[in-house]
Amino acid sequence: MLGRSANGIFWLFRYLERAENTVRLVEAGFRMALTRDAKDASDEWRSVIVTLGLQELFEAKFGTEYTGPHVFNFVLRDKENPGNVLLMCELARTNARMVRTGITREVWEAVNESWMKVKELLARPVTETRLGDVLDCIRRQSTQVRGAMEGTMLRNEIYNFARIGSFIERADNTARILDVKYYVLLPAVSYVGSSLDNVQWENVLRSVAGERAYRWLNAGRMDPRGIAEFMLLDGRFPRSLAFCYSKLRSNLASLAREYGEEMESHHILRNADSELHALTVDAIFDQGLHEFIGRFIAHNTQLALQIQRDYRFVE
Amino acid sequence: MTNSSPSSYDEMLDADGSVRAAYAGYCKWYEEQPPDLLRRKKSEAEAFFRRTGITFNVYGAEDAEERLIPFDMVPRIITANQWRKLARGIEQRVRALNAFLHDLYHRQEIVRSGRFPERLLKGNAAFLAEMSGFTPPGGVYTHIVGIDLVRTGEDDFMVLEDNARTPSGVSYMLENRETMMAMFPELFTRVRVREVSDYPRRLARSLAACAPPAFDASGGRKPVVAVLTPGIYNSAYFEHAFLADQMGAELVEGSDLRVENGRIAMRTTRGWKPIDVLYRRVDDEYLDPLTFNPDSVLGVSGIMDVYRAGGITIANAPGTGIADDKAIYSFMPEIVEFYTGEKPILQNVPTWRCSEPEALAYVLEHLAELVVKEVHGSGGYGMLIGPTSSRKEIAAFEAKLRARPDNYIAQPTLSLSTVPILAKAGLAPRHVDLRPFVLVSPNGVDITPGGLTRVALKKGSLVVNSSQGGGTKDSWVLDD
Repeated sequence: MLGRSANGIFWLFRYLERAENTVRLVEAGFRMALTRDAKDASDEWRSVIVTLGLQELFEAKFGTEYTGPHVFNFVLRDKENPGNVLLMCELARTNARMVRTGITREVWEAVNESWMKVKELLARPVTETRLGDVLDCIRRQSTQVRGAMEGTMLRNEIYNFARIGSFIERADNTARILDVKYYVLLPAVSYVGSSLDNVQWENVLRSVAGERAYRWLNAGRMDPRGIAEFMLLDGRFPRSLAFCYSKLRSNLASLAREYGEEMESHHILRNADSELHALTVDAIFDQGLHEFIGRFIAHNTQLALQIQRDYRFVE
Repeated sequence: MTNSSPSSYDEMLDADGSVRAAYAGYCKWYEEQPPDLLRRKKSEAEAFFRRTGITFNVYGAEDAEERLIPFDMVPRIITANQWRKLARGIEQRVRALNAFLHDLYHRQEIVRSGRFPERLLKGNAAFLAEMSGFTPPGGVYTHIVGIDLVRTGEDDFMVLEDNARTPSGVSYMLENRETMMAMFPELFTRVRVREVSDYPRRLARSLAACAPPAFDASGGRKPVVAVLTPGIYNSAYFEHAFLADQMGAELVEGSDLRVENGRIAMRTTRGWKPIDVLYRRVDDEYLDPLTFNPDSVLGVSGIMDVYRAGGITIANAPGTGIADDKAIYSFMPEIVEFYTGEKPILQNVPTWRCSEPEALAYVLEHLAELVVKEVHGSGGYGMLIGPTSSRKEIAAFEAKLRARPDNYIAQPTLSLSTVPILAKAGLAPRHVDLRPFVLVSPNGVDITPGGLTRVALKKGSLVVNSSQGGGTKDSWVLDD
């Protein structure tokens, strides 16, 4: 396949994944804000903006006052935010159009329809009343694309590049969410046992759609170390770093089989994946959660760049 | 059903208002349907087109948004007999076009014989000196041709235009049929219509038959075909992607290509891979920045050298535009006769060449009755339709015409045939044309039975171009 097509399919799925994760983050923020007083709500919205790396842009426009409608409209549809969700959906579609010959009609239609719906929903400012529906719809669209993909795409290099795009992005997003919230998970004597902890912890899980799974696995008990372990190392949870990396490994392995050779990215990944498998949550907390995440994000970016080089995404 | 205006030929109804043979089966079916069926299906079809992304971009439109070309649900129907005659005429014309191109770029016998004026070649940007003395692989210049036909009577089909560069619209021919079959499956069990859906396969086969000398056929290899597109912002991008997909060919852009060991190669995830046949949807001017427009980023530097050395086949060949130039069009009857030794089966529309003083005088006197076109224009822009223009518009056009007469040709305002469309108040006749698609390879001329029918949706309008409010119809050729 063309290097440019591999790049297109890789970014199509990165943008879809990013849009979905951004929406989940807003959803979690919204839920938190609804149950808090004004000060805490504002803090919560602020952390959404910080996670997305938009603090500077946001404050340039609205100052340091973080209100819900400002935040979610900024994240979802504001033209001054170059990473708004509407634009992500549009970029996803532009990439899909570019690689139209590499995806099935079902996948293309799912992407195209999704973009048409999102565009319509975000054509006017979103109110708190409408927010739930809007977020719900965007999430559902990405589920549909994934479904079309699972059901109709040939399992070949195109599929592998799509999956690699998804999991590089997902690992990055999970890590970033944890990075902003890591302090919530650190042992702080004064909070222990308070209900605030539980709600905040649960909200971290909610940002990655993991609250139900975690409760189910842990009989309802919340504990910060357990949560960190779940999000970082639990290979059963589809948004954990360990899960993303084992998927990256299997998709890169398929590529190596199909191409009959391993590239530099295979070595980088093998090392990173083995490291994740050998790690314990205690070891992570010993070296510092924040430091660990910072390093992980940097390595993940390196891996993505190496894949783009190995497979000639650009000249 | 409504009668059309008396002056033009109604393809469905004759002068008494009874249904012509071509539409007998369709009308019988139509009358049995509940009255709102077509209307319901119409909105279904539009949703379907939006979802599938069959859109085109309008040049010069204020927002660069993608538009749908309106699709009308009433088919345009041609009988088997009419088609046979058309196909013969089209084949004759296409053979003549190829022979003409070969001659122009070699000995120019037609010029020597005095049947064709040399001045039409001199200074004509569509005539490429780079092609002189070179014969493309298989001797084929126009691998894909679209012949625009208009009809003015029962047996009167005329050629309005030859499209010998990169004719577009074939994806609409295919998708319109798909849509009709999805919307009205039982209709196709009652009326036997000839298949068009194998066009992409025929195209792939036809292109593969024109492999260049450098093609390595060892080990049963098949020629590598790729479609070159200017990119996703081109108005016909959907079609480029559609055809590449249907042929199983790579869809490439200029930035994917470079010269590699005397071949044109594309950058794949496994390295550079040579292309044998390039179906390019990029104009000559942008094809090679080293040879033509140096600012072009749509083409490949050095492709003309590779081409001339036998490293790649370019379809259509560069320089074919000289054959569909509007100033040359008026010589087509002579051209057909010169190369085939036969009278043309398909007639030309009578044409005044404004470069000739006598013709210009006539045209200036009759501007209000004529259609005047720019020699190099397309898409229905830069033209004057006398009968529907205001006095002011005519005066303004006259000034342009006087300033550069050789830039224009004029034709009588034809009363194009009509086919009904589904209008607000039921079926209403609208003017149509027809573009059949023709494939040329060393194995022969292959014409897909059908084509693209364009329809002027505005009442009385003669402009069928999609960029100016035209729509399309499914075009049926009936089986015997």
